[in-house]
Amino acid sequence: MTDVEPRVAVQLDGASVSRRGRTIWSEGTFAVPRGSVVIVIGPNGSGKTTLLQVLLGLLPVATGNVEVLGNPPRRGNQRIGYVPQNYTATIGNAVRGRDLVSLGRAGGRWGLGGLGADDHRAVDDALADVGATDFSGQRMSQLSGGQQQRIAIAQALVDDPELLLLDEPLANLDIRNQRDIVDVLARLRSERHVTIMVVAHDLNPLLSILTGAVYLLDGHAHFDTIGDVVDEALLTHLYGTTIRVVRTAQGDLFTRSA
Amino acid sequence: MTLFASVGYQGNWLEVLQAEFMRNAIIGGVIVALAAGVLGYFVVVRQHAFAAHALAHIGFPGATGAVLIGIPVTAGLAVFTVAGALAIGFLGKKLADREIATGTILAFATGLGILFNSLATKNANAVTNVLFGNLLAISPDQLVTFAAFTAVLLVVLATIARPLTFASVNPHVAEAKGVPVRALGVAFMVLLALVITMAVQVVGTLLLFGLVVTPSATALAITARPALVAIIGTGIGLASVIGGLVLSAMFNLPPSFFIVTIAFVTWGVTLLVTRDRHATPPDPNRTPGPSETSESAAPHNHRPVEVAATSGTARDLVRPCPHDQ
Repeated sequence: MTDVEPRVAVQLDGASVSRRGRTIWSEGTFAVPRGSVVIVIGPNGSGKTTLLQVLLGLLPVATGNVEVLGNPPRRGNQRIGYVPQNYTATIGNAVRGRDLVSLGRAGGRWGLGGLGADDHRAVDDALADVGATDFSGQRMSQLSGGQQQRIAIAQALVDDPELLLLDEPLANLDIRNQRDIVDVLARLRSERHVTIMVVAHDLNPLLSILTGAVYLLDGHAHFDTIGDVVDEALLTHLYGTTIRVVRTAQGDLFTRSA
Repeated sequence: MTLFASVGYQGNWLEVLQAEFMRNAIIGGVIVALAAGVLGYFVVVRQHAFAAHALAHIGFPGATGAVLIGIPVTAGLAVFTVAGALAIGFLGKKLADREIATGTILAFATGLGILFNSLATKNANAVTNVLFGNLLAISPDQLVTFAAFTAVLLVVLATIARPLTFASVNPHVAEAKGVPVRALGVAFMVLLALVITMAVQVVGTLLLFGLVVTPSATALAITARPALVAIIGTGIGLASVIGGLVLSAMFNLPPSFFIVTIAFVTWGVTLLVTRDRHATPPDPNRTPGPSETSESAAPHNHRPVEVAATSGTARDLVRPCPHDQ
């Protein structure tokens, strides 16, 4: 199946974006291979969320060309799953986890028709794949941050996307929950063969599953394999503070500020 | 005890209930409770309770202005609330911005209402009727308008209910999925304006919250299933209106008081009964904090975890742990 599909999930060619006349980043030329797990890093305000909005078709590029899964970006692309930043901010205490996943499936449909058997199966599968089945009947306000994030990812998965875009999925999670979400992402990649792009500030929780990184440096968008990005000089330049790359006793890579 | 001379049981209340004005009141109240109950779910889910309250105030100069120039109160209310709904819908995206914008418009509108009323001095009752409602004065013409508004509301809501819910709880995801989030928000505000136009004439500007927001909020405390919330919310609204009218006939007191009192008591009792259900339960997956003992931390989290930071903050900790594999 993958043989007939393009090998590239996301392709940028001389792309730049601007908001209200101000260029956010430019000279974006890179290709993210299918099956990658890519972190999007850069200082605050460097345009990480903006990149996701471009891929989702919510913001046009000012110059250059972008292709997502072989096509120009367009709103309503069911082949992309999306978890925005601060997912729970707009939810209030009125909605159950399962309802949200169902909305991800059928929320765009007009009229009163109910969900079909296919829809219910897709909702069940998405909840099971992120380990959220047991608490999906509870209101979001009663769930922990880690459980809420699982529901958010299940909602993004429910249309069986080929590309998953996650904006700060580990923010405000304790270390155990970060680890659990990273495990979920690793499983999605191996079992659903989904390409994953994650906006995050901290490389470390994700290092074990990352294959590459988009980094927004000095107003330009770059992409490289993770081995080349976990580099003291590059990360120090990127974050504007001295970063050291160390190896743990087990040989795992690891970045820290010096 | 002379203070309460006018408060007393009226033996002929069954006859009063059969009077024509009372029949109109019951029909009008039922229509409005139905409309408010169906839309109320979205008011609460969208966290637009304040906007509902504000629209009622914005309708106030519409109603007093209508009296001033001699057109039906419903028309004046509809023009002002729909205009206000469009203004609120198109203004500020963030809720915080919207509160300031809404509040400012609200204050100005209330001022206009007072001006119009003082110009129309001949009808001193108008202000009281708009502020506190006068269900007993509903005319057959108003009933026709109410029925038409409610029919429009039900048809439109039946069409947009699901995308509107999606746009309300997950605006960013819905937008990415191609749902017209902004247009749905404006459509919702216009529907809300129609409901407010009707509800103001039942319970009045100041008591409107009790009929448009409280029943749905009560239903949401009982269940989170959207269809059930609409059914229970409508049921509470209907019980409040009909019960309010019956009590009003029994004791010869304004129905508005009884309507909001029934809604209020239902809400209070429901919150008391369901309060345990809404307390956040202890999270079994939570990582124990530093104040907790190591025994309580022991049962879970067997895997080693490395802590580090990529920025120069106090989180600058490196604690490699021996792997268990």
